[in-house]
Amino acid sequence: MNLDNVSVSVQLQDFDVSAEIQRLRNQSAQVGAVASFVGVVRDINDDQTISILELEHYPGMTEKSIAEIIVMAADRWQLIGVRVIHRVGKLLPTDQIVLVAVTSMHRGEAFAACEFIMDYLKTRAPFWKKEQTATGARWVDARSTDQTAADRWKQSD
Amino acid sequence: MVQILFFSLIREQLNTDKLSLSLPSPGITLQAFTEHLIDTHDAQWREVLTSANIIKAVNQRVVDDDCCLADGDEIAFFPPVTGG
Repeated sequence: MNLDNVSVSVQLQDFDVSAEIQRLRNQSAQVGAVASFVGVVRDINDDQTISILELEHYPGMTEKSIAEIIVMAADRWQLIGVRVIHRVGKLLPTDQIVLVAVTSMHRGEAFAACEFIMDYLKTRAPFWKKEQTATGARWVDARSTDQTAADRWKQSD
Repeated sequence: MVQILFFSLIREQLNTDKLSLSLPSPGITLQAFTEHLIDTHDAQWREVLTSANIIKAVNQRVVDDDCCLADGDEIAFFPPVTGG
């Protein structure tokens, strides 16, 4: 994959999925498949109503770790382009949090790489979520199911 | 000097987001340096910095306790990540 076709952003602002996908498609006429994932803020987590979700990150390491995950994906699948956007700061229910979009010649690579990048991002990129609920603020606990999802990719090596 | 960063719950529990310190000795391991931080702060630091699931990074890469430190390193302590 041409690294010029890889872009990672950590930002406060929202993003436009259609515009991002259009930009990826414009990178090459070889693109035959686009797979994308959008993570969204839910209004309920662990049976509590969420009013605000605040995302903290480790500037520098965050971008570096996502770039490394993309390189790992490009080693496993034939990809044309990858776009990752992760928002930080204060978000509200229904807001978009994260975009992973992948292009390839055929759908299999794009689907697999999109899921791989998302699974690894969840367990390796240094972001932390804090929820505001009716009873106060709490840091979200890491889920073992996220680690299990990332570990699946190791077993298939 | 080394720069030490604390994130998320760890930052709140220690009420500290960053510190700049001289290394007590060159080539000291991260484990010994963590002990040094604990010894030079109050009891809360021992509880927080020895918690089982704490993650440590040096120069923005997750490392083990036997990692050796050098002047100029950036050392970070944080809980398991929860992005995405």
